[in-house]
Amino acid sequence: MNIHEYQAKAILRKFGVPVPDGHVCYNSAGAREWAKRLGDGPWVVKAQIHAGGRGKGGGVKLARTTDEVRNIAREMIGMTLVTHQTGPEGKLVTRVLVEDGCNIANELYVSLLVDRATSKVTVMASTEGGMDIEEVAAKTPEKIFTEAIDPLVGMTSFQCRKIAFALGLSGKLINKAVALLQGLYTTFLACDCSMLEINPLVVTKENNLLALDAKFGFDDNALFRHPKIGDMRDYDEEDPNEVEASQHELSYVALTGNIGCLVNGAGLAMATMDIIKHYSGDPANFLDVGGGATIERVTEAFKLILSDKNVKGILVNIFGGIMKCDIIATGVVEAAKQVSLKVPLVVRLEGTNVARGKEILAESGLNIVSADGMADAAQKIVQAVKGAN
Amino acid sequence: MSILIDKTTKVITQGITGATGLFHAQGARDYGTQMVGGVTPGKGGTVIDGFPVYDTVLDAVKQTGATASVIYVPPPFAADSIMEAVDAGVELVCCITEGIPVLDMVKVKQYMIGKKTRLIGPNCPGVITPGECKIGIMPGYIHKPGRVGVVSRSGTLTYEAVWQLTCLGIGQSTCVGIGGDPVNGTNHLDVLRMFQEDPNTDAVIMIGEIGGTSEEEAAYFVKEHMNKPVAAYIAGVTAPPGKRMGHAGAIISGGKGTAAEKVAVLEACGISVAASPAEMAEALLKIYKP
Repeated sequence: MNIHEYQAKAILRKFGVPVPDGHVCYNSAGAREWAKRLGDGPWVVKAQIHAGGRGKGGGVKLARTTDEVRNIAREMIGMTLVTHQTGPEGKLVTRVLVEDGCNIANELYVSLLVDRATSKVTVMASTEGGMDIEEVAAKTPEKIFTEAIDPLVGMTSFQCRKIAFALGLSGKLINKAVALLQGLYTTFLACDCSMLEINPLVVTKENNLLALDAKFGFDDNALFRHPKIGDMRDYDEEDPNEVEASQHELSYVALTGNIGCLVNGAGLAMATMDIIKHYSGDPANFLDVGGGATIERVTEAFKLILSDKNVKGILVNIFGGIMKCDIIATGVVEAAKQVSLKVPLVVRLEGTNVARGKEILAESGLNIVSADGMADAAQKIVQAVKGAN
Repeated sequence: MSILIDKTTKVITQGITGATGLFHAQGARDYGTQMVGGVTPGKGGTVIDGFPVYDTVLDAVKQTGATASVIYVPPPFAADSIMEAVDAGVELVCCITEGIPVLDMVKVKQYMIGKKTRLIGPNCPGVITPGECKIGIMPGYIHKPGRVGVVSRSGTLTYEAVWQLTCLGIGQSTCVGIGGDPVNGTNHLDVLRMFQEDPNTDAVIMIGEIGGTSEEEAAYFVKEHMNKPVAAYIAGVTAPPGKRMGHAGAIISGGKGTAAEKVAVLEACGISVAASPAEMAEALLKIYKP
């Protein structure tokens, strides 16, 4: 789960991490009013969408007067912002963050994440602030400094100083960096983050540190203990089908092809997409119905797949372990009837009670193509979809 | 013997009075596994479907002589259950639970340093030595005793590989599901090392997926230290970057962990990589004659 920048900064402020003063605004009059309250300016108006690269797309602008703040906010709210992370369709801006401008002397980069290789929270820091860190990692990996945190000891002051020196800081900024980094680590643990990125972290001309932008990723598995963070979820920023799927405990990711997939198990679901591609087809989605696929869930899954207008055929691939194939077959038949299926449907069943499952499909009178094995199933659905075009 | 478990292994179930725990404890017992009891705090002293229930893992271990445990405890409490089993000196812990917060697992991993317990999972199907012992949720009947080891992050893909082998008359020594989470107890490399040292394993199928570098590290081990043939399949060639594909760990982030990258490293290390998931057994037969 992700959140907006203004929400991220509110969390950081709570944990004592210095961020510019600012406020979220939903209309231009409010923006002007908040600018006045913040002080004398200048101000920065920032479009709030869940994507990076906003500056280049015209989503971050400097204002010298409160009228200018109002005018910029008026332009931004309601605009569709296109950045390299939004895709060509862009994202609708519904709110802006109005905040104090600052005098930037230097831009740095800091992030925290769970490193799989060491199984520890790791800090990444770089003097190349404001840049795309993936690009820095690819071109100049020596400019990225990493420090792993012992989960039982926590982030020590000496580790923070190591990072501060690696960032080229000196004098009074060292202790400021120690406090800031410890604040970030505390935030990371307290909120069950999967990622926390400050880019840029700026050194101001007044010799202070400020988190000028902030990006959080939260561990979905831990949201049960953070209801307030869960409430910050902005469904408008997510794919509506993926939101719908999560409400039915289906794991769904939309792709761009025309063959819908319904599979049990994440690994098998990925493999099913791959084998469709292997036989020159194009999968429309990843969909894992999980181990306990009931008739209701299979039906919801069918509806979800068919709500994608690109879908020209469906492949059901089930390896019934604990799940019995006759139950799955009944679910598929029921679902196909309920949604009055009009596109070709290929079903591959394997595992417990497979013979009975195939009988149920054959007896249903529906136009279901039965397949033996993944290769056969993939070839049949690719063929069927090509025939339909 | 095979790796990790055999017919002498005694197993307790943590979370045995829950529907899932009991169902799979019964399934494992029907398969022939020595399921000697279970743990549910507060229900010690009772018996459920013939399984004696204990309040603590330590109690259960003392009373039954169990050396392995399997965990079906819900995600908010599962990390604690793992640590309780570690503290009780259980040699092998299989955590089936899906959805444990990753920071909980970070603590568990650190807690386990210097302890003798091996953790399999979490978010995994478990471990089976066909014909001898089944710990976990996999369907027993698709397996056949034999000499090919299988290791995988994905449950259903393990079944797929096992079924392909069994249909060709090729049996398995042990099948290990290491789970789909980013922080887990045992990785591909750990299992390959065990298979290499196991006199009853002649060849291995390794199944991986996008995300992380566990498969690459295993591949370098194969190249440097293994003389047994290894075939592999990597799922997620068509997965878009930045999107989590079901498993918490299955994500291409920062351009790292793509299937293409993994396949290239595996092939360079002499592993026979299946072009499609339907060809896992075939890929092994290219380099191994049973």
